[in-house]
Amino acid sequence: MATQHSRSAARFMMAPSVVLLLIWMLVPLGLTLWFSFMDYRPQRGTFDCCVGFENYARFVTSSSFQDAVITTLIMVGGILAITVIGGIFLALLLDQPFWGQGVARILVIAPFFVMPTVSALVWKNLIMNPDNGLLAYLWRFFGADPVVWLTDYALFSIVVIVSWMWLPFATLILLTSIQSLDSERLEAAEMDGAGAVARFWYMILPHLARAITIVILIETIFLLAIFAEIFVTTGGAFGTQNLTYLIYQRVIESQNIGLGSAGGIIAVILANIVAIFLMRIVGKNLDA
Amino acid sequence: MGRITLNKVTKRFGDVEVIPPLDLEIEDGEFVVFVGPSGCGKSTLLRLIAGLEDVSSGRIDIDGSDATSVPPAKRGLAMVFQSYALYPHMSVRKNIAFPMKMAGVPQDEQARRIEGAAKALNLTDYLDRRPGQLSGGQRQRVAIGRAIVREPAAFLFDEPLSNLDAALRVGMRLEISELHKRLATTMVYVTHDQVEAMTMADKIVVLRAGNIEQVGSPLELYRTPRNLFVAGFIGSPRMNLIEGPEAARHEAHTIGVRPEHIAVSGTEGTWKGRIGVSEHLGSDTFFHVHDTGLAETLTVRAGGEVDLHHGDTVYLTPEADKIHRFDRKGLRIA
Repeated sequence: MATQHSRSAARFMMAPSVVLLLIWMLVPLGLTLWFSFMDYRPQRGTFDCCVGFENYARFVTSSSFQDAVITTLIMVGGILAITVIGGIFLALLLDQPFWGQGVARILVIAPFFVMPTVSALVWKNLIMNPDNGLLAYLWRFFGADPVVWLTDYALFSIVVIVSWMWLPFATLILLTSIQSLDSERLEAAEMDGAGAVARFWYMILPHLARAITIVILIETIFLLAIFAEIFVTTGGAFGTQNLTYLIYQRVIESQNIGLGSAGGIIAVILANIVAIFLMRIVGKNLDA
Repeated sequence: MGRITLNKVTKRFGDVEVIPPLDLEIEDGEFVVFVGPSGCGKSTLLRLIAGLEDVSSGRIDIDGSDATSVPPAKRGLAMVFQSYALYPHMSVRKNIAFPMKMAGVPQDEQARRIEGAAKALNLTDYLDRRPGQLSGGQRQRVAIGRAIVREPAAFLFDEPLSNLDAALRVGMRLEISELHKRLATTMVYVTHDQVEAMTMADKIVVLRAGNIEQVGSPLELYRTPRNLFVAGFIGSPRMNLIEGPEAARHEAHTIGVRPEHIAVSGTEGTWKGRIGVSEHLGSDTFFHVHDTGLAETLTVRAGGEVDLHHGDTVYLTPEADKIHRFDRKGLRIA
């Protein structure tokens, strides 16, 4: 009974929550935008309005900006590659019937429920610690010198830590997609002479295309904002400073809110460019 | 060539024996239909022949050589699935080309065969569409096209028409029959619809609970059903089955008379009854006759324009030489 009347009533009833969400979003965004055009350094007591695009120029031209962008790209790209490829592999494995399948599936999902800070601490102190970490023991067992992961291979280590968290997410989505594949289609391909590899390449992978784009889209949005893992492990040192961390550093460590806000707006714009780009790919995929 | 021989083939899923030991000969070029109620093991039997299920014991020969443990792709059989199992991300052309691509057929040969199949199946205009843009009947034809281009020793059909509407089903039935006449390739066809079985088959295999109840040509099964199950399954409407004193009069436990073998009269006849529902089809009229004292309802066929109506008293006379007699175990008495 979706009459004109009931529809406008529905709109009226939804309005409060929509307005609340809008305020929730617009106020911080508006404040950030305002601050980004100001020279705002609270510790020095400067609160001068309207310095134009000076903050933006300073943020973009500093050498750490370029480094941060590259670090962000490597980080996001690396984690995406590991989670998508590993996720496909794990999903294929979990799709096979075996004893204890239900328990195994729950265990695989488990890392996703661990808070980023906790997982980073566990990796830092229990696994990657060069004195008494799990990997150090393993290295010594084979008579090698333990690797100082978070110093020598800091970026790689963070990629591994975050991948560990997001792999279950990718696996879960890809597994449901694999399970929705019509088994008759695979049997038809088998009758048509496609071996296991050909079936994967021509049947399973195209079927997964949509799920893979969705995984990439959602993960990218979250991975652009990685912070806790870096904060807990390296504190942004050893080339692990991504864009989010750079903004934090500008605001908190340099106590320059204007500069940080300009960085924040740049990050919002960059994230939106990525989002629009990905939305188009997904949209194209959903049309097919 | 497509001669398929099943020798003492069984199939078990865990402790459940779906197919008890079963022997069957399928001659080259024959159109064989497996028919039976759902859950009778007919699809399983087809999948055993295809190689999609492994036999638990026994032996399957294709063209005289043992194919029991040969993988499905190497058996030289093509299968058309109930859901068509088209590849939705490929165009019709690529769907049809897929088995040839897997077999490494040269490009120009592929193109030639696709063109041939498309022409034969009226798909030429649709070659560049995706399966999602086709109607049910067209999808069905693509699935058949994909099977044809492999030039298989035999075609296997797994209830291919059950997803189509009634009118389309009749059309596709004809097309598949014509295809069989033209290609003269062995076809094995699974259905639960006895009309499909009767109209298409050279040989019908009636299955119940994995057992072969009877094998024969459509008319053999119609004329001389070996037991009550086949008698009831083949023929539409169903055969009337009568027990009790009337059957004893014919020295049988049960007698069966088909609706079309009973003469209907308003004035005189052997049995007397009252008309319940009458179904007017134009060419025929089917009366459901009650209160005969023989069975709850007798179905009889009369001409298209008989002047008898609901509640009228009718007299029925079975044709004496068309009465089927069955013993206590349900087996036919010769």
